[in-house]
Amino acid sequence: MKVSLFITCLSDAIYPRVGEAMVRLLARYGVKLDFPTVQTCCGQPAFNSGYWKEARATAATILDAFEDSDFVISPSGSCTGMIHHYPKLFEDDPVMLERARKLQSKSYEFTQFLVQVLGVKDVGAIFPHKVTYHPSCHGSRLLGVKEEPLELMRNVQGLELVPLPFAEDCCGFGGTFAVKMADISGAMVTEKVDHVLETEAEVLVGLDMACMMNIAGNLRFRNEPVKVMHLAELLYEGVKQA
Amino acid sequence: MSTTSTGVPSTVKKRADLALNDEFLRKAVKFTTERLRNGKINAAEEHGNWEEWRERGRQIRLHTIAHLDYYLNLFADNARANGVHVHFASTSAEAVKLSLEIAQRKQAKSVVKSKSMVTEELHLNHELEGIGVEAIETDLGEYIIQLAGETPSHIIIPAIHKNRYQIADLLSKEAGETLEPDTSILAGFVRKKLREKFLEADIGMTGCNFAIAETGSMVLFENEGNARMVTTVPKTQITLMGMERIIPSWSDLEVMATLLPRSATGQKLTVYMSGITGPRREVDADGPDEMHIIIVDNGRSLQLGDSEFQELLNCIRCGACLNACPVYRHIGGHAYGGTYSGPIGAVLTPALQKNIAEWDDIANASSLCGACYEACPVKIPLHEMLIYLRRRKQEGGHGDAVESAGMKGFAAVLGDAKRFRGILRLGKLGQKLVVRNGEIRTKFGPLKGWNSYRVTPSLPKRSFREQWGTLEEELRHGLREMDPAMQNRMEAIARERKNGTGGGHGHHG
Repeated sequence: MKVSLFITCLSDAIYPRVGEAMVRLLARYGVKLDFPTVQTCCGQPAFNSGYWKEARATAATILDAFEDSDFVISPSGSCTGMIHHYPKLFEDDPVMLERARKLQSKSYEFTQFLVQVLGVKDVGAIFPHKVTYHPSCHGSRLLGVKEEPLELMRNVQGLELVPLPFAEDCCGFGGTFAVKMADISGAMVTEKVDHVLETEAEVLVGLDMACMMNIAGNLRFRNEPVKVMHLAELLYEGVKQA
Repeated sequence: MSTTSTGVPSTVKKRADLALNDEFLRKAVKFTTERLRNGKINAAEEHGNWEEWRERGRQIRLHTIAHLDYYLNLFADNARANGVHVHFASTSAEAVKLSLEIAQRKQAKSVVKSKSMVTEELHLNHELEGIGVEAIETDLGEYIIQLAGETPSHIIIPAIHKNRYQIADLLSKEAGETLEPDTSILAGFVRKKLREKFLEADIGMTGCNFAIAETGSMVLFENEGNARMVTTVPKTQITLMGMERIIPSWSDLEVMATLLPRSATGQKLTVYMSGITGPRREVDADGPDEMHIIIVDNGRSLQLGDSEFQELLNCIRCGACLNACPVYRHIGGHAYGGTYSGPIGAVLTPALQKNIAEWDDIANASSLCGACYEACPVKIPLHEMLIYLRRRKQEGGHGDAVESAGMKGFAAVLGDAKRFRGILRLGKLGQKLVVRNGEIRTKFGPLKGWNSYRVTPSLPKRSFREQWGTLEEELRHGLREMDPAMQNRMEAIARERKNGTGGGHGHHG
């Protein structure tokens, strides 16, 4: 079984610690991840902005990278969700379309893979902190990843999960939206952080580093000390404690 | 559309800025959309089989629109057999002309209206005033908006952006005395005022929620009873309906009557649901002597046969996507600049017009979070349509030049892993100029918008791909044996997938 890591360009460039946590956590179950270095970006920024030719250029690196993988896992529901758009992106090219469909059927977001494929619901972690969770839109709405992270967190010893008010509301990232519509996006992330602060949690956890970068960025801007983590980091941190 | 008032900014960004700086508006919009969306969520939960009914609703709409020519003919034939004058208008101008002709023939002095988004689309009130006919909105929210000289900022709650103090001021002016900002006092004043108008009116004008093909009937959903007054008191009735309002049968209405009020306001049932099949018969105590239905195209048929946009015609105008939208929540409806606002408006306005060169950046006013799709009772993939609009504008050569250059650069750098690595190295060198304590706070150039609300993280010493070699080496030695049960699970999933029976983690959007 070849299980490959689709790191996503953001985690690769800015948050390598998330990839590392995933790799180390999965190694504990005997999953030896493969990392094809030809991968770059899923193409979502271009796709969402309407530049599909450009999106196809970077998407091709992903199709090449995972051609012979059995499972492709990624620390992002949004980038995995983008792979689900590949059949539409390549609808006019029968050869690429076939490859796109194959890749879609074997691509999983990290917690999806852990819970649905490996059947792991309790990683045996200890994390004695007050935590709140932001369900990212693409992972929860488009991939349907809702229960998996909650189940994993419920099984972490000592973890107190505080519900985030208006949790399902978008944090305002939206890729190029945050640049093009900076003030609307700013209003959205400001409100999101208001809600995070209401919970009085020490840690905000999520499954998508783009959203986490957005929310963490506003927390730092306001000099708020809430720690922001990907769930893979939290779980790995927790098993080291155990 | 805000075209009647001058000085409305021409871009969604500038219009949004007006809203973002209006604390009253933001508070009022948040308050009501929250109430409505929670109501909807509760009503859907209480219903028990919401997802199945949603799918049924979608199938009914898909089927009807796929056979729209058939059902429209059936509807028109049956309505005519009931004594209704049925007219078809392919453009806004034609629909206006037909309406004005009826008003002139009837020598009408006043028209009472129950809420109709189609007449907003046609700017019909303005046109009626132009020939000296007074048009009076009788829906409370719409009446308030008319007094304020504004346009609706929500499909079903036209005055959602106003609080009761602002409303009390408006109505006090109309009353010529100070009215307390108390809902029942304000509604009481309007009720009294409108009674007179109903009795005087020559024409009653309505929209249409659903038109039933099998009997040629039109159905209105409302909560205030004003639509019943509009359709029973005046001698002449004119109904304007979008050509897609059709459903095949009364049994399909059962599904729509389940979906629409729950999605719109969280109500199990709308307070009044009126089915009207033709003008007053001799045995009827009331109702109009003459009834007209004007079926309006105005860009709708452009969506037919367009695989990316045909589903837009499935919309039942419940407003649930507005209430769920985190962008609408902050900027309200007027920022969208069209008759229809929120996610449905962001797609519908440009789609109905098809003049891509002239669209402003309304389709960009979305983070593509998919809340609209999730809320939609007939599952219209608005979040995907927004992307298709952006693509069409760009492919039509009307994209933004800076963005276009940026995207070319994006493809050049990220289309190849070596170049990606190279740019990361350059970035690490370049960021030394701006990084302080591991963070970037400068508001210079492209970081201005982002850093006005946030701090940007710096690039770490080594990217993941630069760490991989060491990490892999380290883990190779300590790797555990996989649990056989786990191994079997994985193999079974891979096998099922190859046989085409597996997957099970499909796309929901």
